[in-house]
Amino acid sequence: MHYPIGLLFDLLASSSALPWNITVHFKSFPEKDLLHCPSKDAIEAHFMSCMKEADALKHKSQVINEMQKKDHKQLWMGLQNDRFDQFWAINRKLMEYPAEENGFRYIPFRIYQTTTERPFIQKLFRPVAADGQLHTLGDLLKEVCPSAVDPEDGEKKNQVMIHGIEPMLETPLQWLSEHLSYPDNFLHISIIPQPTD
Amino acid sequence: MAEEPQSMLQLPPSSAAGGEGPTEVSPETTTPEPPSSAAVSPGTEEPAGDTKKKIDILLKAVGDTPIMKTKKWAVERTRTIQGLIDFIKKFLKLVASEQLFIYVNQSFAPSPDQEVGTLYECFGSDGKLVLHYCKSQAWG
Repeated sequence: MHYPIGLLFDLLASSSALPWNITVHFKSFPEKDLLHCPSKDAIEAHFMSCMKEADALKHKSQVINEMQKKDHKQLWMGLQNDRFDQFWAINRKLMEYPAEENGFRYIPFRIYQTTTERPFIQKLFRPVAADGQLHTLGDLLKEVCPSAVDPEDGEKKNQVMIHGIEPMLETPLQWLSEHLSYPDNFLHISIIPQPTD
Repeated sequence: MAEEPQSMLQLPPSSAAGGEGPTEVSPETTTPEPPSSAAVSPGTEEPAGDTKKKIDILLKAVGDTPIMKTKKWAVERTRTIQGLIDFIKKFLKLVASEQLFIYVNQSFAPSPDQEVGTLYECFGSDGKLVLHYCKSQAWG
């Protein structure tokens, strides 16, 4: 499983002290668990594929398909070189939606849990309910991952983490998608057990 | 394209596949099963979501990549894209070193560790997931 590093932190190490000390191994590649990365181009292709998948959910691929090759390149170069403005000059377009709608078609999200075998949960989920109400993070969890939602009067057993923080479950999902998505345009949500101490 | 041996015959996928790769659902070679209590009769609502163990996928060749005589397959939801790639390569008798790319919506290549069940739920239509396969990168 190749996950963004921020997600790995949330999922596996969120109680560690910062800065996060990591150990890089150069031997004994875990061939069974991880796919070998054949080239730098493969990483770019994987990243762009994720973006395309996200836009397929958000805009039926219309926005990413209307972009030129150089725009795609700019997204990748901006990410690669840590050039925030360069990246967002293009990424901004992927965050737009028609004025008459209140959000994207579907929210690109993936929910990860350390306690299950499944790699992640990904389903179709709209940012706006049939009655026009904005769906919240809590609504999403209740719908696609009810086991992660703690009863209101019960003990808090889980933490819902995005980028190292626990956003309020009342936060509109559309807002989260626009502001807390990873560069690949997905919301990567980790559900981890509440630390006991 | 030559003959298209596909039909939307709603044969229930064999329940005793034994995990040996995808089950063929083309009517040409599938022996019709005797009706059993577990079988879903045509026209009956299939159980929604995760309760249905296998999903139907339709494999389409792109460019000069050889076509598969059987295009429609029933595969386990938990099968990964890499598992599917390996299966197609074996089916087409490609050598291991040859690359094979799989695309959803003729637009993006899902990562090899992604499960087809997830893709089916997000990008399937009319009860099946259409995947294009190609020996070279077809879409960016």
